[in-house]
Amino acid sequence: MTLKPSLPALAACTAAIALAACSSGSDTASSGSAGSAGSNSGESGDIVRINLDPYPSTYTPRPSGTTLIRGATVLDGIGGQIENGDVLIENGRIAAVGTGLEAPDGATVIDGAGRYVTPGIIDIHSHLGAYPSPGVSAHSDGNEATEPVTAEVWVEHSVWPQDPGFEHALAGGVTTLHVLPGSANLFGGRGITLRNVPGRTVQEMKFPGAPYTLKMACGENPSRVYGNRGRSPATDMGNMAGYRASWIEASNYRDSWHEYWEAAENGEDVDPPTQDLELDTLMGVLEGEILVQQHCYRADQMAQIMDMAEEFGYQVTTFHHAVEAYKIPDLLAEHNVCAAVWADWGGFKMEAYDTVRENLAMTHANGACAMIHSDDANGIQRLNQEIAKALADGRRAGLDISEAEAWAWASSRPAQALGIGDETGSLQEGYRADVVLWSGNPFSTYTRADQVWIDGALSYDRRNSDLQPVRDFMLGQPGEGEQ
Amino acid sequence: MKQLISVLAASVALAAPAAAQTYAVTNGRVVTNTDAGILENATVIVRDGDIVAVGAGAEIPEDATVIDASGNWVTPGVFAAFSQLGLIEVALEGSTTDDSAGESPFSVALDVADGFNPAGTYLATNRMEGVTRAAIFPSTGHNIFAGQGALVDTSGDAGSLFQAGSFVFADLSESGAGRAGGSRPAAWAFLEAALADARGYPGRFSGDHEGDALNRYDAAALLPVARGRVPLVMAVNRAADIRRAIRFKADNAPIQLILVGAAEGWMVAEELADADIPVIVDPLEDLPSSFDSLGASLQNAARLQDAGVDVAYSTAPTADGYFNARLVPQHAGNAVANGVPWDEAFRAITLTPAEIYGVGDRYGALAPGYAGDVVVWDGDPLEVMSAPVAVLIDGEPTALESRQTQLRDRYINITDDTPFAYRR
Repeated sequence: MTLKPSLPALAACTAAIALAACSSGSDTASSGSAGSAGSNSGESGDIVRINLDPYPSTYTPRPSGTTLIRGATVLDGIGGQIENGDVLIENGRIAAVGTGLEAPDGATVIDGAGRYVTPGIIDIHSHLGAYPSPGVSAHSDGNEATEPVTAEVWVEHSVWPQDPGFEHALAGGVTTLHVLPGSANLFGGRGITLRNVPGRTVQEMKFPGAPYTLKMACGENPSRVYGNRGRSPATDMGNMAGYRASWIEASNYRDSWHEYWEAAENGEDVDPPTQDLELDTLMGVLEGEILVQQHCYRADQMAQIMDMAEEFGYQVTTFHHAVEAYKIPDLLAEHNVCAAVWADWGGFKMEAYDTVRENLAMTHANGACAMIHSDDANGIQRLNQEIAKALADGRRAGLDISEAEAWAWASSRPAQALGIGDETGSLQEGYRADVVLWSGNPFSTYTRADQVWIDGALSYDRRNSDLQPVRDFMLGQPGEGEQ
Repeated sequence: MKQLISVLAASVALAAPAAAQTYAVTNGRVVTNTDAGILENATVIVRDGDIVAVGAGAEIPEDATVIDASGNWVTPGVFAAFSQLGLIEVALEGSTTDDSAGESPFSVALDVADGFNPAGTYLATNRMEGVTRAAIFPSTGHNIFAGQGALVDTSGDAGSLFQAGSFVFADLSESGAGRAGGSRPAAWAFLEAALADARGYPGRFSGDHEGDALNRYDAAALLPVARGRVPLVMAVNRAADIRRAIRFKADNAPIQLILVGAAEGWMVAEELADADIPVIVDPLEDLPSSFDSLGASLQNAARLQDAGVDVAYSTAPTADGYFNARLVPQHAGNAVANGVPWDEAFRAITLTPAEIYGVGDRYGALAPGYAGDVVVWDGDPLEVMSAPVAVLIDGEPTALESRQTQLRDRYINITDDTPFAYRR
């Protein structure tokens, strides 16, 4: 008997995404008023449109078998827990979740007794591929720290698909990850959501239909990077002025395109605005097509950012790091903004000084949407342990949160905040079969991911080296094939 | 007359420093780190700061304050083998850090004892999670030598630093090569020259003459290392560099060597065991994060320990050593998940670090004669969901409170009418 989602804050988070008009599951290129296709679109005649998807996903799931995992403890990722539960995978999708399921003909049946099944982990904050291993200077591709506003860069153009970090994350049960540019800039550029699959190209890893995101950063990083160069922004107020100036420019840019399209569609002979890569991205935010993922630590700064979003009519989807989210859960809930946080890291700079171990649990329990994130090539490998710590610390503070509820912090919450919440992040019929079979309770230090399925394809098996991907870089190196 | 108090009450009621007294931690699952192994329903008696008895049948003295550990685990305190507790408050604010001094003319002479701040807020946050002792390290500045390390407890008392000049730290890894001028040969040449300077101290520094690598103050500080009285802790990662370090030790008797990092240690595990060189590793370091550590593996700790190497665990490099040294039990638990027997993994964060630094007869075990560093946990200490419910240092219960718990308590009830700044 599954406990259906009874997470009040989860609904608020979903609403936030609805406001952000994410287009998960649909083709990003065809959504929104900026239109689709290139200049040769027959339907549009000679009207110039902006191609929203010039680097389309070529991801093709590996063949999915029919797999029945039987007799496990199932955490469905949206608050439900089933003892002695079964999960049936067919055609790359979750076909059924329950108890006493029949194995279809030809199904691979796996005995899950004593083990746990969960949705695959989703990390909403990774720099894999952009800051890959080894961390050599030639591969330092995460921060275009040459101008404070670089909304024109797309991190997918920096992702090196041969980063061995991807396969280590897979061994930790990560099936989807969101790669972001760094936080040196006010507008760092576009982020990208990836399937955690090996590919020769990043296009082969792109999550089909996932909305683009925009990385913004507040606080010390932009003001330190540019202040040290004797230019703006050098202060928090300089940061705010920098964003606002860009939003004004973006609003004008959007208006000019709308005026153009309206006139052109009325048959008028008008010239289109000059396309601007930077403003294309910001316009995408104003149109609700691109989700804002905002690096921000302090409560007061998050409040400023939320006011600014209202000033210019856009939605912040998630505050990342958000070490002071616990101070403003009411404001976050009111503005439908999520917080993606660490379990227990802080102290490395002034804006991270007020870290508490209970941040995630307190933010969640006090009504806001909260989730875990890694921001780290090592931390991404153990996000199950990170939510375990956050849960334990929350419980010691008197917060009543179940393990099933807490698993949402690593799966359905980040899925929603990435606009893919109706595709993955939970074990529901029809969802992508992104599934992890754990050796035991994943809230234990001693538990490892035994097997990982992505779109129904067994993509990792701890006991079978044939099912452990090895990136090109590792071939012939001393660590080849090391877990 | 016995007082019976709950564990939680003990940690609060007895937080204030008191005259040394007697405590009986009763009915716990006691991990002794001795031949006695793990004792069920056992009692630990602490008197005047030291452990005086351990066992299932230990008699509880009349004057003892009883800390009931029924259903709990009782262990020696965690010893952070490679930390920077009390040296860094806010890492990016140079004014609050005392771990390194790249602008100083000195290197080996720099002594962390002069920078350690027992009032640093991370002493309490680490103590609350079971860390009672730590080796504190300087960071390298302008050459391969970072300076001299020390041993501290986490009580935060004025006497927290209980041993200075415990070791000298030098970086001979890829980063050390960079500091030495740009190559590994440069780093080793500098090290050999520095040792020669130390051995020649004070004679070769007569008049205005300085050493080939070190000035007279640094040479003086390195002399105890050259004479084998103080260990040299050396950062190396690549297997070839570890072999070079093994040769260095053999060529420079009676020098004592401890390796830290050792990402590729498993590739030379037998040689390390034969050379009797202890190693401090991070069991979670598994990425080829540089060309220095292309062989990094989650199996590193298990393979080294299987080969008979004395291994202690650190949180660095995958986590920091000033804020999150407290995570070392989690790192040890993951070592267990990757093949290290539980007892060995637990020793690697308690007794083995103490032994490596030459204080294994006082810290890291629960046995008569050991300091009364006793932690009562609400579960298996290597489980991420476990936490201490009482922490005794030198036989005194400590407060399980910190700046972080104060912030938590201020904001946990978000709807309270009292303005936040008035909540204390």
